[in-house]
Amino acid sequence: MLKATLLPILAIGIVIMLNGCTLKPWVKPYERANLADPIMSFDRNPISSSYLNHVYEAREGARGADGGQGGGCGCN
Amino acid sequence: MAAKGAAVVAINKSRDAAVQHNINQSGQGQIKLIWMLAGTLFMAAALPLTAAILPDERIDALFHYYNGGGITVQGPALQASKQIGNHTSLSAKYYVDAISSASIDVVTSASRYTEKREEYSVGTTYLRDKSTLSLNYSNSKENDFVANSANFNISQDMFGDLTTLYMGYSKGWDAIYKTVNTNAGFDRDPSFEKEADRQKFRLGASQIISKNLVTNLNYELITDSGYLNNPYRTVRFSDGSTLSEVYPNTRSSHAIALSANYYLPHRAALHGSYRFYGDTWGVSANTLDIGYTHTYRDNWIVGSHYRHYRQNRANFYQDFFDPFAPQNYMARDKELSSYNSQTIGLNISYNVIPQGWRMFDKGTLNFSIDHMRYQYDDFSDLRNPTPSPYGFSANIVQVYMSVWY
Repeated sequence: MLKATLLPILAIGIVIMLNGCTLKPWVKPYERANLADPIMSFDRNPISSSYLNHVYEAREGARGADGGQGGGCGCN
Repeated sequence: MAAKGAAVVAINKSRDAAVQHNINQSGQGQIKLIWMLAGTLFMAAALPLTAAILPDERIDALFHYYNGGGITVQGPALQASKQIGNHTSLSAKYYVDAISSASIDVVTSASRYTEKREEYSVGTTYLRDKSTLSLNYSNSKENDFVANSANFNISQDMFGDLTTLYMGYSKGWDAIYKTVNTNAGFDRDPSFEKEADRQKFRLGASQIISKNLVTNLNYELITDSGYLNNPYRTVRFSDGSTLSEVYPNTRSSHAIALSANYYLPHRAALHGSYRFYGDTWGVSANTLDIGYTHTYRDNWIVGSHYRHYRQNRANFYQDFFDPFAPQNYMARDKELSSYNSQTIGLNISYNVIPQGWRMFDKGTLNFSIDHMRYQYDDFSDLRNPTPSPYGFSANIVQVYMSVWY
């Protein structure tokens, strides 16, 4: 099932990538001041967010896709 | 009871062999695809490109405190990154959980305990044109659990740096022990030593949509094999008897998350993220997190967020099992039950050296507080004479400082 989902994504990705060299960026580098502001970061305080993700992971069945990569358990 | 246990073990062995076979087959297909994608990314990385950046040079020192559900966890965390030349960055982290637990599990089946978990990790990031490659190794130790993991990540900026593609792989090795109460205090049971292996595959992309909007899509596949039980926990039968939990020896999970940040005028931002989770144990979950960040003058940042989590139970989870119909797999871990949780949080950050000082460019003092509530649908509070669904609330406080140099 995963194969069926991933294959089209892979194909589309390669096509976009091959065309990528001719793609013009629609947000110019000088228009990215707002995006560069730390308040727009997905992980402004990594030490704090990795701690909070650990707190959730130790108490919840779900895991992954939270930006962390840690190990450990602390599953009490 | 012994006969029931033996029958369960015998059924488990054949079931596990079948599950393992299936997972091996699908796992090999998935791994092959992921390497095909890796190959494509490496080809892209070989093109002549310019930009992408190394992690900031910064030091963070944090103290964390958690209190709720009969558990107190606290400790420090330290993290530092340093660039060496123009292409390499090194990082190190140290983290401690000092745990004092009289949780519902402990109160109803064991005695109060304290323990300490320490985690060390070291890593390096290498920058080449628009690609970054990073390697990280981490070790976590507590008296009955040792976890080692190696992590690899690659990212690539493309399309005029509007898109960043990234992927990663982690391999983890866990050793699980059991402590027993001896005359000399708690000690490892020498006859109990189990292992578990974990693998993680990550794939994601960040995309700039407009000059005020950036999005991120993240997928992670995790496969575990080995001893996945908790060695202390038991299941309960409706006749009052108990038996050790029995889990499958494998677990595979998929998680996909979409997040977005939107910049508002007057220097503020809205944040949203949604994650869907599903695994081979039948657990499914939805996580929604929304936030708002506000700035005051130049040096204050105030953030707030609300998180909602809903989980549906594993198909071998039950609050009380029928003693006349034992199952192959049985769990009464509340983390595998059906429940809701909500978190509301506030954080404040103040830049104490906006103009820089000596070797430091910037330094912030930060405070954050989160309040969580967990309400279980089908996990009974056995302390009550008439069991009712269990629930608890907890508070989390973090105080930390960060300096950039």
